[in-house]
Amino acid sequence: MSKRIEVKDLNVYYGKFKAVEDVSLTIEPRTVTAFIGPSGCGKSTFLRTLNRMHEVIPGARVEGEVMIDGKNLYDADVDPVLVRRQVGMVFQRPNPFPTMSIADNVLAGVKLNNNKMSKSDAEHLVEKSLKGANLWKEVKDRLNLPGSGLSGGQQQRLCIARAIAVSPEVILMDEPCSALDPISTLAIEDLIDELKAKYTIVIVTHNMQQASRVSDKTAFFNIAGTGEPGKLIEFDDTTTIFENPHVQATEDYISGRFG
Amino acid sequence: MTALVVPAPTSARHLSKAVMWITAGVSALVAFGIFAVLSAAGISEGFNIVAAVFVSAILFVLLSYVLSRIVEGRRKASDRLATGLVTTAFIVALLPLVSLVSTAFVNGLPRLDPLFFSSSMRNVVGQGGGGLHAIIGTLEITLAATVISVPIGIMTAIYLVEYGTGRLARAITFFVDVMTGIPSIVAGLFAFALFAIVLGPGIRFGIGGAVALSILMIPVVVRSTEEMLKLVPNELREASYALGVPKWLTIVKIVIPTAIGGIITGVMLSISRIIGETAPLLIIVGMSTSMNYNLFSDRMATLPVFVYTQYASQGSDAQAYIDRAWTGALVLIFIVMALNLIARLVSKLLAPKGLR
Amino acid sequence: MAIEVQESTQAKAPGRMGDKVFSTSSLVAGSLILAVLAAVAIFLVAQSLPAFLADPADVNDGQGFWTYVIPLVFGTIWAAALALVIALPFAIGIALFISHFAPRKLAQGLGYVIDLLAAVPSVVFGLWGITVLAPAVQPFYSWLVDNLGWIPLFAGPVSGTGRSILTVAVVLAVMILPIITALSREIFLQTPRLHEEAALALGATRWEMIKVAVLPFGRPGIISATMLGLGRALGETMAVAMVLSPSVIISFALIQSQNPTTIAANIALNFPEAHDLGVNVLIATGLILFLITLLVNSLARMVINRRKAFSGAN
Repeated sequence: MSKRIEVKDLNVYYGKFKAVEDVSLTIEPRTVTAFIGPSGCGKSTFLRTLNRMHEVIPGARVEGEVMIDGKNLYDADVDPVLVRRQVGMVFQRPNPFPTMSIADNVLAGVKLNNNKMSKSDAEHLVEKSLKGANLWKEVKDRLNLPGSGLSGGQQQRLCIARAIAVSPEVILMDEPCSALDPISTLAIEDLIDELKAKYTIVIVTHNMQQASRVSDKTAFFNIAGTGEPGKLIEFDDTTTIFENPHVQATEDYISGRFG
Repeated sequence: MTALVVPAPTSARHLSKAVMWITAGVSALVAFGIFAVLSAAGISEGFNIVAAVFVSAILFVLLSYVLSRIVEGRRKASDRLATGLVTTAFIVALLPLVSLVSTAFVNGLPRLDPLFFSSSMRNVVGQGGGGLHAIIGTLEITLAATVISVPIGIMTAIYLVEYGTGRLARAITFFVDVMTGIPSIVAGLFAFALFAIVLGPGIRFGIGGAVALSILMIPVVVRSTEEMLKLVPNELREASYALGVPKWLTIVKIVIPTAIGGIITGVMLSISRIIGETAPLLIIVGMSTSMNYNLFSDRMATLPVFVYTQYASQGSDAQAYIDRAWTGALVLIFIVMALNLIARLVSKLLAPKGLR
Repeated sequence: MAIEVQESTQAKAPGRMGDKVFSTSSLVAGSLILAVLAAVAIFLVAQSLPAFLADPADVNDGQGFWTYVIPLVFGTIWAAALALVIALPFAIGIALFISHFAPRKLAQGLGYVIDLLAAVPSVVFGLWGITVLAPAVQPFYSWLVDNLGWIPLFAGPVSGTGRSILTVAVVLAVMILPIITALSREIFLQTPRLHEEAALALGATRWEMIKVAVLPFGRPGIISATMLGLGRALGETMAVAMVLSPSVIISFALIQSQNPTTIAANIALNFPEAHDLGVNVLIATGLILFLITLLVNSLARMVINRRKAFSGAN
């Protein structure tokens, strides 16, 4: 059910400014791929092009191709709204909808699209998604309370449950642990390891230990300087990147010489 | 500013609380004494408590300045003077509010009876009669104005926050500002000019008043809704888009529910702003002494205009008219205060929990 | 499975249609505001034209339109300016009291109390002005004429009822106080904490801190708040109409019984009985009032916007 993502010669612009230049890479199904690199190198921007979320920002546009199982996301006849139902996303800060209960948050993707659902189906989906996000045991007695009452780590897992409830093929995570404490971070990392069995996962992280712990493959992005576009420097198995990188800049970054 | 450079010891002489209380007592005593003597000597009519309080406040401020100047030095003294003046300004500003509300209560209560709420002014000269027709008229016209303004106002705010970019949005923002500044009487003239050209001169009817009030209400609704929509964090919109929810459903089901408390508050406050408007209604709705439920034909009574005409054209038993005017004013104050209170409650109750 | 999903990315989702309908209707609502404002201008001008074009001999017993309107313009500006002079020091004082002097816990409640003043309908202010304020200040006016009558502003003969332009100005001042206070308070609260703490750290007293940090920062805000208050005072109708016994004159005397009246009050008093060209003349004066308030409000907005651009650069 998960998918291969092939990116060919992708350029991303904000207005006239070129934010990401010439990225080509292939992400295999059911793997975890980590994007690392210094701040402002375009890794988050690039991540958002994988489900066309960059279009939300005025002036952002893309050249090149992103193929998901052979179909280009940027073809004229593709509806970005439907793309996002296949490629889910988890954000930097947990953002459950404050007006909804925990259960409604999980069902948000289904309900907000005006899809009718029987009560038993809905209950089943809530349980399945929350179990999938390792949150069921903690919240099963308070499904009707607001999601904002949970701790930061629980909120983030609620957001993951919300993302998997629409049964996507791919889950994008944009620094999902940067606002969380170490224990919550560990819970999310364990969860990523389990989700890998079903989904293709792409994660942006500032934490190199995290990249080395959770990912199968790692992509290193870098910029030459401010005002320059970000580029993909090296993309390989995580072990290779961390133990035996081919490019000097990667080694410098990994060993903490800059960034 | 040169004073800042002078090195100062960390402990300086300063006036204790007790001294300040004594100063306050002395000033009050002197002021009340003066006014007591004045009234006893027959120079002023009766004992003027407002003036006495005012004069004691001024005396206290001046006295403490002089004392502080002697004991604590110039800088500390001007600090005390500023504090005193600023506090006095606040208290003085409360005087009209207190005076107004208490006068309305005292003069309005005698006629705040069942008759006032159950009868119109039809065939009433002198005593009796009531403001039911005016209350009904005000409610109908305000409701009509709300029905016109709220959808336009909220949709415009949505356009400005969620869709608008570039020149059109800037133009709309600018003209909403212009509309905010339209004097209410000009709104009334506009409604009159509009309907006089379409329906012939001398037109007076309720819906015209609703149009005039809408001109005043729309910009207020746009502004407050806009502020509230801007407070909804972008993260929520992104979370919704990332679930594959189209933009309009994101707005309808995420953005508006998150901001709904603030939007309702804004609408209530804008209603409380227009419900007391008199001038435009005087022009386009006119006045009537009897009940008229029909917004689309003939003059209608409204509460503010009722208050005005009861005062302005007093009949043979003048006191009866003045009493009715005050009762009308009191009812109007009640309505406006209630709207304000409900608005604040709504914003407290409907504020989404945990929203940063 | 793969094929099925590919089809679904190409399908036109029902959301597309909804998106179009929704964004179009919001655009229409926004444009409607422009249309309404254009309509206000067009209809007012259309109904005013007869007054401007009429033979001066036909307007107001042969006075001519401009002779009729100039004293009204004077009265409008004079009353509003007086109200502003009275309200401004109080408004700034109250704003400072709430933002920097009152105990934190009280501050918000005090703000509400001042906002309540804004909620009182203008007709009630009128009623209060004429029945409470005017009789209360009349003895004071007599005293002014007796003792300070040599100042032209306080020249006699004193109004026996207290219903003079100064009373009107006081009522207007009370009415515009909340708007100036609310805006200034907002600005004062936005003073960068760093500036305030820098001043306090130098050993400044609270008042010195306000003089050094708060007031300079808030000056553009105070100016624009003042202009908005002025705009409100210019257009205020009922309080003036009820309190003043009007006459169409130009006079700076504050406490006589002969007082210049304002455009808005003049319309309110005369419109119900006006007919034919008289209606057009009153609408024309309304147009002039609209232009005056437009000018004042635009100036206020310009000051606010310039400040925005300035603080955005920081």
